[in-house]
Order: sequence, then structure tokens, then C-alpha cells
Amino acid sequence: MTTLAQHTQSPVTSGADLELSGISKRFASFSAVENLDLLVPAGTFFALLGPSGCGKSTTLRMIAGLEAPSEGSILIGGQDVTALPSHRREVNTVFQSYALFPHLSVLENVAFGLKRKKDKQAIDKARTGLELVELAHLANRKPAQLSGGQQQRVALARALVNRPQVLLLDEPLGALDMKLRRQMQLELKKIQTEVGLTFIHVTHDQEEAMTMADVVAVMNGGRIEQMGPPRELYELPRTAFVANFLGKSNLMRGTVSAVTDGMLSVEVVGRTILLPAERAVQTEGDVVVGVRPEKITIDRNPVDGQNQLTGTVVDVSFTGTTTEYLVDVAQIGLIGTFTQNRGQQPAAEGDTVFLGWEAEHSFGLAGDERVDAGVES
Amino acid sequence: MSVDLRSKDELRAEKRKNRTGIFLITPGLLVLALFFALPVVILLAMSLYSKPPGAEVGEFVPGLQFSNYATVLSAYWPELLRSFWFALISTVLALLIGFPMAYLVAVRLREKTLLQGILLVLLIAPFFSSFILRTQAWKQILADEGFVAQTLKFIAILPADGHLTATPFAVVAGLTYNFLPFMVLPIYANLGRLDTRLLEASGDLYASPITSFAKITLPMSAPGVFAGTLLTFIPAAGDYVNSALLGNNRDTTMIGQVIDSRFFKIIDYPGAAALSFVLMVSILILVTIYIRRFGTEELM
Amino acid sequence: MKQKIGRWLIPVIGGAAFIYLLVPIAYIFVFSFNDGGRANLQWQRFTLDNWMNPCGAPAVCQSLVHSLQIGTVATVIATVLGTGIAIGLVRYKFRFRKLTDVLIILPLATPEVVLGASLLAQFLNLGWELGYGTIVIAHVVFCMSFVIVTVRARVSSLDSRLEEAAADLYASPAAAFWKVTFPLLLPGIIAAALLSFAMSFDDFIITNFNSGAFQTFPKFIYVSATRGIPAQANVIGSAMFIVALLVVVTGQVISYRKKRQLENS
Repeated sequence: MTTLAQHTQSPVTSGADLELSGISKRFASFSAVENLDLLVPAGTFFALLGPSGCGKSTTLRMIAGLEAPSEGSILIGGQDVTALPSHRREVNTVFQSYALFPHLSVLENVAFGLKRKKDKQAIDKARTGLELVELAHLANRKPAQLSGGQQQRVALARALVNRPQVLLLDEPLGALDMKLRRQMQLELKKIQTEVGLTFIHVTHDQEEAMTMADVVAVMNGGRIEQMGPPRELYELPRTAFVANFLGKSNLMRGTVSAVTDGMLSVEVVGRTILLPAERAVQTEGDVVVGVRPEKITIDRNPVDGQNQLTGTVVDVSFTGTTTEYLVDVAQIGLIGTFTQNRGQQPAAEGDTVFLGWEAEHSFGLAGDERVDAGVES
Repeated sequence: MSVDLRSKDELRAEKRKNRTGIFLITPGLLVLALFFALPVVILLAMSLYSKPPGAEVGEFVPGLQFSNYATVLSAYWPELLRSFWFALISTVLALLIGFPMAYLVAVRLREKTLLQGILLVLLIAPFFSSFILRTQAWKQILADEGFVAQTLKFIAILPADGHLTATPFAVVAGLTYNFLPFMVLPIYANLGRLDTRLLEASGDLYASPITSFAKITLPMSAPGVFAGTLLTFIPAAGDYVNSALLGNNRDTTMIGQVIDSRFFKIIDYPGAAALSFVLMVSILILVTIYIRRFGTEELM
Repeated sequence: MKQKIGRWLIPVIGGAAFIYLLVPIAYIFVFSFNDGGRANLQWQRFTLDNWMNPCGAPAVCQSLVHSLQIGTVATVIATVLGTGIAIGLVRYKFRFRKLTDVLIILPLATPEVVLGASLLAQFLNLGWELGYGTIVIAHVVFCMSFVIVTVRARVSSLDSRLEEAAADLYASPAAAFWKVTFPLLLPGIIAAALLSFAMSFDDFIITNFNSGAFQTFPKFIYVSATRGIPAQANVIGSAMFIVALLVVVTGQVISYRKKRQLENS
């Protein structure tokens, strides 16, 4: 794949900062987004992650100018664009349905935006854009004659050639099959690095968000629950929704009984779980303690780890690279964990097992959280 | 009670957007109001005009003479009933002939693009060779001295002193003929979208071809059948070209002919208007019952 | 056995129906070559004179020109106004929607004789002279409902996200309409216009009520029918049929070629 920089005279301009301040959007019968603040630095690959109906698409449409916010303002590169109609914003979108113009050829589709901007080299630039997505040989086809993956790439080229300050991606990989999806994820990330634009990617696929984005914002009920680099979000979720929606978590209700050297002792029905104070949202009273499944060691014999539980295996499922266990711990409930398949099988259904993990892997959430928030049913 | 959560500004913006819509529809609606709705009201008013004693032919004064209706109805109820009866038979015949045509072109010939195209053209092209010319052609084809009548007489299907023209048969055949494309085209449009894999699936689920037809093809083409029957019945009921050219005797006179001659030959405007109004209202009532009974949203 | 009957039944009935549809046209075509004098009722002998001199019979060509003129003008007006209403109804909200719907559908449910009679009542009332203008108005009214219904179906099936995509790609509302919406509606608009022209060109009943002494082609034939229709009318009817055939066939060949070309590129 050739780099776009080779084809353009001007140096690669990176995108612009995007700032949403106090954005709300209310429709006739419901409120989609409530008082949202967001700052996306220029050149960032930013993912807006959330379940359907969380307001992420509405947010995207407001940035694109397809929807006007009820309150608040939108700034791109420091300039207030709230009142600017869609066609005058330096923002382009790759739509979920691609929205390719069926009556125009692939090349005409890609040149559409440039022509509207009266760019004299519209056709040349469109060809270059098609080369970037490796579809130059299909320039004269109609969109209906392309496969889903090809259509997706045309939609991407159509948005990219305009060199927008901000590029919006509205679940653009949703319609592709798993294999193509992985491939497109890598390509998208590569293109973004090359052109240095600000990408805002809306998705409900947490794996997609984590593999592609520099920064992920998890949205729920019209608000942002937590925002940060994917690893940070995964390792230290601050709400039960994030803990459950981004990967899986074991969450247990307890009460802080002591604080020693920055370490909280949490009483969970008669057992003590250790939790570093800096990894807890609150350090006193009722809390919810969590731990990711892969942090837990499981064996028939006693295991290492500052935190220990015992229980009975109620379910074992083999997934190829790993084996997943569901362990029933008396009065606490089901705890999930898994082991890499390296020959040995540490436990079978009905076995009494020991579970252990280090205190530094625990995280603490507010005591009034619903432990099943964000669990995908 | 639902409260609109949007601000006043937003509601105003929506109103502004909808102003474009009002701009788009106003000219057309104005034409319909001035030259459809208003004329119907005038027609209604005219149907109640009365003729002052000693007035000249064609001279009437505005009034509320409801007896006009009784007068024309008592004189012309057979023609009115006959119109609906002929229209009904023609519609049923057109459906029986038109459905296989539409099915043949839309489904059977789906793979044979060229033949499908040719037949489709043949379906549309007759519109351009004047329908009166075609009706007149039927009259000559079916004429007493014509080939068809002579042959039928020769093989004794038709008695020696029988006629084909100037019979209810000729009028109904003409009506069926003239409105056939209006039946076929909507059904064709519907069957064209029929996914034949559904029929395979139905066959796979133990349905015989006849059952598949009854349970899949027919229900899925219902909106087309519905539109086609209306587009055939309504103009057929008001038509008078067929009855005038192919019939033109007491057994075939339809209400359209009566209205035409009341207007232009007898110059009885109130009578003609009253009959027109009766025709319009009866068709509306029939159509409403039909829509209530079988209707689909798609027609609107 | 049952299945075999089913297989043959549809092509047989369908084929017979097509013959039924074409018999009078064949008759018109054959008799356009008849040297039958003024009446053209009985076959006399073959001649090309009628085709060489289609305007030979008095008033035939005059009435044809009138019909073509009225068809064109009424179609343009009905298509423009009807398309506006179709787009407005699907894309915008306003009050009196139900009433508007009724106003559009009602002309379709009104027999021509009533439409003609009511318009005549209107024109008599206004004291307008019947002729070219009144015919055009009458044709616009009954064509418009067909245009609205046809184009509206097209507008409803149009993906409004395409317009959003256009706006997103720097197209002003006007540019989005002319570059995206309009080209996508065009096949529907053309179909509506063709239908409109055919209906106007072929209309007799409504025209008869509102034309006064003005002659159109269908009216000319109807009036001549009692005395016998000159063979030149057959020539014109056949020619119109052939022209329509050629136009549609050419259109299909072009679109077929285009498709093939795109597939091979």
C-alpha cells in the first residue's frame, strides 16, 4: 500500500482538536445525550463505545452536523461550529450503511465531496484515494457491483480524500464477516497512522474499540462512564458498567473493615479480600470488589495469591486456547476464570478448588453499583 | 401525556424546515382544490338547480330542488345498475386474464430478459394507439359481416340471425379489453418483487404447487390485485365509449352515456349533475367498503 | 399430471391474452394499408397511399398535433406539480395531511365522466370559453394524481441517508437535491411522465366534456366513427404504436448494453 503523503504536494496535515462542551440532545419523547463533555486531541484514534441506544450515534451525528444539539457547543480546531450546517463542516463520515450513491460510479462517489468543494483536481485526487484503498481497478463500477468489503473501502476513500479535520466512523465494520473485519481493522488503523487525521469511531464491539483506538470512551445512557487508553480502562474500570461491558469481571459486594499501608481489607461475607486504596473509587463503607477472570489462578491444591477463595466447579467449557471455569463460592456466588491449555487440566466439574489472585489485581467500585450493569445478555 | 422535550428554538427550526414542504405541495394542491374539489362542489350545487317556468333550453336558476335526484334515479336506475354490473364482470374477467399474464411476464420469464422486455413493451404500447381506434377496430372485427361472426355462424355457435356487436357481450368484452393493462401492470409490479426462493421453501415444506400459489404467491401479490381491480372497476363503471361504439342500444346503455346526453343533447344540466353525483358517491361507497374489507396500506 | 397442467396453463392463458391484446392493433395496422376510401370498413386492396400521405384526410393531422401539444403541456405541468407534492408529502410534516391525502386519492376514485362533468360545471360557472386551455387544465388534474402516486412510491423507497451523506460531503441542500435526490427519482419521474402523456393523449371522455369545438385525435376518431374512420387515422395509430415500441425497445437495449459494459469493465 502506498502512503498518501507520496501523492499529495502539501505535507500531511494532521486533524484538528474536537471539543464537545455540555452537549445535550433531546427528541420529542426521549433524551438521547445528557450534558456531555469531551475533548479529543488532534490526530487521535478515538473510540466511542457503548451498547445500542446509548447515544453514541446521536453524538456522532451532532459532530457531523446532521443533528443540532439541544444545548451545548461543538468546537473543531478551536472554532465553534455548532451553528454550521453539515455541508460547511470539515468533517466527513463513513456511514454504517456506507450510503454510497447508487447512481454514481465508484470514482464519482469518491470525487463527490471534492467536486462540491470545486476542487479542480477532484478526479485525480479521487483516483489517488482509490489507490490508497486498493480499488483503483474498480473505479468505473457501480456500488451495487461491489462486495461488502469493497463498498466499505469506497466509503472510507470517499470520506478520506476530502482531508477532513475530523473523520467519523459509524460502526463501519458492522456488516462485514469476522475475518474481513479483523483485516479492515488493521487497515483502518494503518491508514489513520499514515494520514494523521482525528478519527472518531463509534462501535458497540469492545474488542474492536480496544484493538484500534488510542483512547476509548465508554458511553451508557447518554453519558460517558469512563474514558482513557484501552489498557487503563480494562485494568482499572471505575464503574460496574465499564467492568462488565469491557471484557468480563467478577464483582463481589463487601464492606471496608480496615486500611493498612494503603491497602484496604474488604469483608466479603466472612472472607477478607485485599484491595489497594489507589485502585478503589471509595475507601470506606460498602464497596464492590472486582477482579478480571484471567488474573485468578485455579487448582485442586492450594494456590498462591494474597486473596483466596474456595468453591466447587459447576461448569467447564473448552474453547481451544483456553478452558473456562465457573466456580460456585459459598454465599458469594459464581466466579469465572480460565486457564491456558498447556496439557494439564487443573479441575473437573464437581471438584472442590482453590482460587487465588494478587491484591494489586483487585479493583474497587462504589458500593451502590448494580453488579450486573453492562452485562451483555 | 407526553411532554415534548425539545426547546422552542428546536421546534421553530423544525417549522422552518417544513416550510419547504409547504412550498412544494401548495401549487399542486391549489390546482386540485380549484379544479377538482371546487368543481365537485359546483356540480353538487348545480344538481339542485331548478328550471323556472317558461325558461329557455339550458336556462336554470340556483335552488334546492332535491326532487331532481328522485326524477333521474327513477328514470335511470337500470342504467346505473347495469354500469356497475358490467364493470364488475369486466373486472373479474380482467383479473382472470390479467393475473396469468402478469405471472407469465414477471415470474416465468424472469430469467429470459429479452422476451420479458418484449412482452412488457407490448403491454404498454397499446396505450399509444388510441383506445377509441382499438374499440372501433373491435367493432369492425366483430361486425355481422366480419370474419369472426361469419365463422361462429358457420359452426352454429351463433344463430344465423345473431349479432356479436350491439350486445352486452361486446360491451363487456370491450371494457375488459380496454382496462386490461391497468389490471396487469400493478400485479406485474408486485409479482416482479416476488422472491421465487419462497416458493422453493414452501415446496420444501410439503406444499403442492397449488398450495404454494394459494398461500404464498396470491397473498404476496394482493396489493397489486387490489390496485388493479380498483383501476379497472372505477373507469369501467363510468365509461361510455365501449357501450356507445360496441353496444348502442337499450340493453347496453351505461350511465356515462346518459350523463353525456343529458349534458349535451338534452341540455339538462341539473339532471346530468345529479346523475354524476350519484355515480361518484356510489363508487366512493363501494370503494370504501372494498378498501375496508381487503385494503392494504400500500395503496395510499 | 396436475403439475404438468399447471406448467402449461399459465403460458397458454397468458399467451392467448397477449394475442387478445394485440388483435385490434394488428387490425388497425392491416387496415392502414387498405385502399378503402373514406369509410375504410371493408378490405378493398393494398395501397401505400395512406402511409405516403398521412395527412390526406381532412383534420386528421390537425387533431393529432393538438393532442400531442396538449399531452406535452399537460404532462410537464402535472409532472412538476405532482413531483413537488410527492416529495413534500413524504419528506415533510404539516397539518391537514389526511385532507391532503383525500384530495389526491379522490380524483383516482372518480370516474372520468364525473371529472369531466364537474369541470364543465366549473368552466360554465366561470364563463370560460372551452378549448385548448380548459382541456390542458382538465388533463393536468387527472394526470397529477397518477404522477403523485407513482413518484411518491419512489420517494418513499429512497434512502434518506443518501441525502445525509451528500450533506456530509459538502453538498448544499440544493446540490444534494440535484446531484443525489433528483437523479435517483428520475426513473420514477420519467415513468410518471410517460404514463401521464399516454393518458392525456388517449383521453376522450374528459376532453369531450371540456373541449367545445376544439378537436383532439381521440375526439376526431369518435366523431368519425359513425361515418367511418379514414385509413389515415389507422396510419397514425399504427405509427404511434411503432414509435412507442421503438422508444421503449431502444431504452431497454441501451440499459442492457450499459449493464454489460459495466460488468466487463
